[in-house]
Amino acid sequence: MTMNRKDNIRLAWRLFLDKFVWVFMLASTALTISVLAVILGYVVYQGYGYISWSFLTSLPTPVGQGGGGIANALVGSLIVVGIASLMAVPIGIGTAIFLNEYQSRWLGWSVRFLADVFTGVPAIVVGLFAYAMVVQPMGSFSAFSGSVAYAFLMIPILVISAQEALRLVPGEIREAALALGVPVWKTILRIVLPTCSRALMTGLLLAFARALGEASPMLFTAFGNSFWNVSLAKPIATVPLVIYRYATAPYDDWHAQAWAASLILVFIVFVASTLTRLAFRSRLDD
Amino acid sequence: MVHKTAESVAERALDSLPWKVLDPLPRSPSDHAARRDQGTRGDKIFYAITKSFSIFVIILAVLLVVYLVHGAWQSIQKFGWHFLVGMTWDPVAEIFGTLPTIVGTLAKSFLAILIAVPISLASAIFLAIYAPRWLRNPLSYLIELLAAIPSVVFGLWGLFVLVPLVRTWQIWLKAHFGWFPLFDGPAIYGVGVLCAGLILAIMITPIITAISRDLLRAVPRAQMEAMLALGATRWEAVWKAVLPYARVGLVGAVVLGLGRAVGETMAVTLVGGNAFRLPTSLFDPVHSMASQIASEFTEATYNLYVSSLIYVGLVLFGITILLGLLSQLLIWRLSRGQVGILE
Repeated sequence: MTMNRKDNIRLAWRLFLDKFVWVFMLASTALTISVLAVILGYVVYQGYGYISWSFLTSLPTPVGQGGGGIANALVGSLIVVGIASLMAVPIGIGTAIFLNEYQSRWLGWSVRFLADVFTGVPAIVVGLFAYAMVVQPMGSFSAFSGSVAYAFLMIPILVISAQEALRLVPGEIREAALALGVPVWKTILRIVLPTCSRALMTGLLLAFARALGEASPMLFTAFGNSFWNVSLAKPIATVPLVIYRYATAPYDDWHAQAWAASLILVFIVFVASTLTRLAFRSRLDD
Repeated sequence: MVHKTAESVAERALDSLPWKVLDPLPRSPSDHAARRDQGTRGDKIFYAITKSFSIFVIILAVLLVVYLVHGAWQSIQKFGWHFLVGMTWDPVAEIFGTLPTIVGTLAKSFLAILIAVPISLASAIFLAIYAPRWLRNPLSYLIELLAAIPSVVFGLWGLFVLVPLVRTWQIWLKAHFGWFPLFDGPAIYGVGVLCAGLILAIMITPIITAISRDLLRAVPRAQMEAMLALGATRWEAVWKAVLPYARVGLVGAVVLGLGRAVGETMAVTLVGGNAFRLPTSLFDPVHSMASQIASEFTEATYNLYVSSLIYVGLVLFGITILLGLLSQLLIWRLSRGQVGILE
């Protein structure tokens, strides 16, 4: 068995290609991670200096006066996303229960498909929908219309994540309960849901965080507000809206506040993502 | 008396069980039947409730389309299909056409895909096949974090960091490669197709990576092992056995990324330039559909204007839903619903 020269060159080329591709893959992964590091580092670097107790607890001040905070936007975000959760959670989890626990052929399949497709509907289109459905008939921008938009964005995420959570529950647990004579609905509510409650909660948290960071549907629903408001029927400030408004304004002081608000937003979103990952780790990473 | 006490003890024992699902045991045949009926009635009610929620989700989707069409109706009636090819957007003369924004959106999105696809597929292959286990999970987690950053934060970063950077590149490219049509644009703004494409590429890379990684993980190990046993190098095994197996799904992942890029709003509004014209080079500041809606909607002063913006939204919805359907079908065909699409 002797290799001639041509074979040797070919082998060397194959091995070189193997190494080269490996380096390219490693570099691509490193590039993606370093972009994350650069963006995060910049947000922390620019935002950290401005964060203080008064930034979190005071209202916006006119330009040039100094100080001022995002208290109204923080509370506004919590109100709008909170109301949205109240609307979206029963629908999302109820639908997921139907999809996973009752093997309905066409309805289950089409709802799941719809949920998958609707995670890709642009947030701004959902905003237009909420505008046409709530703002136009009511005649004014309102916190409630923002909640409707967020609820619409949250439902597909909740349906998918809750179904993933329900899948984690072994069938034997259901069978054990049913064999003891427990009705199906009690099995689901008292045995299946508590068993995967942690995964359910993190799915909720994920949907909550997604909605919290979304600015575009709020442009013409919640609209934003420089003053204190907790009424659902009036325009309300939210954190991502404040970032957008401040970023496009020509004042350095507002830019600094936009960075600080971004840092807070990113922090909340990252905590939610991390918790989600911890809960689903068993299934996603073997 | 003794009998009764024993029964109550048994009842108390049942009550103290860790789960409180079991009702006390039935004591007579009629009691048993009543309880069974109660159980089936509860089942029926519960089934009806969850089923109605599912139907409500479908109704909600239909409502979205109905309200969008209703909101855009005035503009649809006035401009019809010509809206899609119209070159004029003149709120003063009340003439609306949206071809330049459609072209602008597609230009930015395809640029983003061009940049993101090689990088994200390479990362996905690395994470799914090459990386050792201790490295795989932390890296996947970091890439998912990148996907979780809110759009407006990308926009803020893009506006203050990327735009000045892109402006210096533009000046250099224009000076040295100005003869090339794509680089023969205004090199003074920074904002424009190039900058928006870059920020979109950053935003969709983690999405394509995560889904492709899951798809590649779903390829049976035997596919690759058979090639390796025949003496192939690792790359040859990946290229000839793993990638062809997952090809359909990977195309789906890319289409999904394209859909996200097309619908992306805040970041593109902040760095896209927002000028209403057809892009002729990479440096032109142009609107995309989402940024046009975002920046003009609150300034729209009369019904036809609002209606036309909703019409733009309807077109955007149509494009993204087509891309979404296509990507779901491709991904589902391969994974049979095992790959979750939450990113």
